[in-house]
Amino acid sequence: MTAIDQITTPARRRSWQSVTLWAGIILVSLHVIVGLLTLVWTPYDPSAMAGGRLEAPSWLHWVGTDRLGRDFLTQIMIGSRIALTVGIGAVAIGAAIGVTLGLLAAFASKFLDDALAAALDILIAFPTLLIAMLVVAASETATLGSAILALGIALSAIVARLTRILAKRVLLMDYITAARTSGTSWLGIVFSHVLPNIWPTLSVSFALQFGLAAIAEASLSYLGLGAPPPNASWGRLLQEAQGTVYTAPIGAIAPGIALVSLVIGINLLADGLRDSIDPTRRAR
Amino acid sequence: MSGPYQWARIVSGPQNRKTRPILAYTLRRLVILLFSLLVAAVVLFILLRLLPGDPANALLGVGATEAQIASARAQVGSDQPLYVQFISFISNLARFDLGTSFVSRASVVEEIGNRLSVTLPLTILGFVAALIIAVPLGIIAAVRSTKWYGAAISVISQLGIAIPVFWVGILLVSLFAINLRLLPSGGFPLKGWANLGEASTAMILPVLTISLVMSASMLRYVRAATLEVLGSDYLRTARALGSSFPEALIRHGLRNGAVPVISILGIELASTFLGAVVIERVFSLPGLGSMLLLAIQQRDYPNVQGVLFISTLLVLLIGFAADLTQRIVDPRLRDRGAGTP
Repeated sequence: MTAIDQITTPARRRSWQSVTLWAGIILVSLHVIVGLLTLVWTPYDPSAMAGGRLEAPSWLHWVGTDRLGRDFLTQIMIGSRIALTVGIGAVAIGAAIGVTLGLLAAFASKFLDDALAAALDILIAFPTLLIAMLVVAASETATLGSAILALGIALSAIVARLTRILAKRVLLMDYITAARTSGTSWLGIVFSHVLPNIWPTLSVSFALQFGLAAIAEASLSYLGLGAPPPNASWGRLLQEAQGTVYTAPIGAIAPGIALVSLVIGINLLADGLRDSIDPTRRAR
Repeated sequence: MSGPYQWARIVSGPQNRKTRPILAYTLRRLVILLFSLLVAAVVLFILLRLLPGDPANALLGVGATEAQIASARAQVGSDQPLYVQFISFISNLARFDLGTSFVSRASVVEEIGNRLSVTLPLTILGFVAALIIAVPLGIIAAVRSTKWYGAAISVISQLGIAIPVFWVGILLVSLFAINLRLLPSGGFPLKGWANLGEASTAMILPVLTISLVMSASMLRYVRAATLEVLGSDYLRTARALGSSFPEALIRHGLRNGAVPVISILGIELASTFLGAVVIERVFSLPGLGSMLLLAIQQRDYPNVQGVLFISTLLVLLIGFAADLTQRIVDPRLRDRGAGTP
């Protein structure tokens, strides 16, 4: 796109960007509302036999029933809550560990910084999903907590690396030198200069990692290493439905659509956020 | 110095000025690789010791006597002090001795070798197929970003990165294996690749699944790199000097655009390999992933440890290869030599 285009088309571009932002907000809030709703109400008791086995969709059971006759829609709705819990939990843990480590590395002496950077590269190279599998397997009874912890630790390396790079870039600025010479402590610099400057980029990355965590949790559950019933994870629903895909195809489709809609929603939200935060991207 | 030095000469041409930095970089990167492997081994050791229960328990039935427990612990080595266990662990790894399985009593290295004959072809074929899809489509999506089909490619790739790989597998199985009955829904011939026809047909759907999902994220990087190239001054200069658009794109754009893509491809190849773990479950393929799952369920520690170590080694090697290739392709990085990676 040439410079002339940049001047003449921003209005159309901007409206398109707000469309993606709003689509993201709508998709994500839909899942949030459904997830919160399941805390107080579900169409059926999630573990009760509400109908015949593998019923096709009907007015009574909008998405049919599973192989034990449980209402499928109920389980998918609970799946929203599980996915959101895992996503928020994992990103919170990843952010807490990652931002701290990244800032430490950025402020540390050259030697310590090199060591931390090398360690982060190794951690990122470590097969995340395999580690998560091991951590979940390690806790005798797999719970939601162990999955969240495993994914959070895995994400923290990515967050730390990003934080380190962003923070180092900020630390080169003249206003940091000014703050240093005027005697601001390094904690003061972190909170009044570094964090406010890197936060926009970090928050976009958190949104993307939320999506990663949701997919990873589904994969773990699919492999049989997720939270046990009655935590109806979409991954487990898909795994159960795989065996009956010929007689009841809807069971192998609906949970997948739910998962994809959440991840797309969060990705659109991240894209929209990035565009509204970063004016240079807005113009492109 | 003769071996690696000559190699470095071949790849970077006759100028001595240029071979030294890349050789220094290779050595430096090699040290990092070995150090990473050591750290990975330590992490693995700690993780496995954190697992609840004594690894000897896997050898024992319910209600084992004290003497049986003691002999099992001696056999596994868990009665030794931690530092002794650690030293023997590291020295065994260094000799590539991964022990024998608690359950099948088979050598772990051999078992992994057998499993890799499924996982490696799956990974490599899936990765190459993904490249074949992603590179042309990514360039089209960038060059024709204002046309409807350019935009359509971008939107579809957005969708692709939000889809879990195992779901694509399930959908493809239900379409091609169950509804159309064209391909097997899963499994692998017992004789392995000796039964070439059956083994190849068993690979089609898994490879298709991996390549579809991986190509979506690759495409985004190719598209971004191409857009960067399209906006560059050197491309405009080349055009102004009279080269045609395709010529300028191939002569100047390809090499410039390749640099950021290569480092991403290393990560993508690694995640293709890890995606294979999940895919093997969908198609019940006897690869490394199903070995790990089984080993975790059976608490077969030597197998768990072996698979994790080899997987990490492969992922680290891929990163090493990607970094080196990047230096070779980009003289600017190369001349900076032993700078930060």
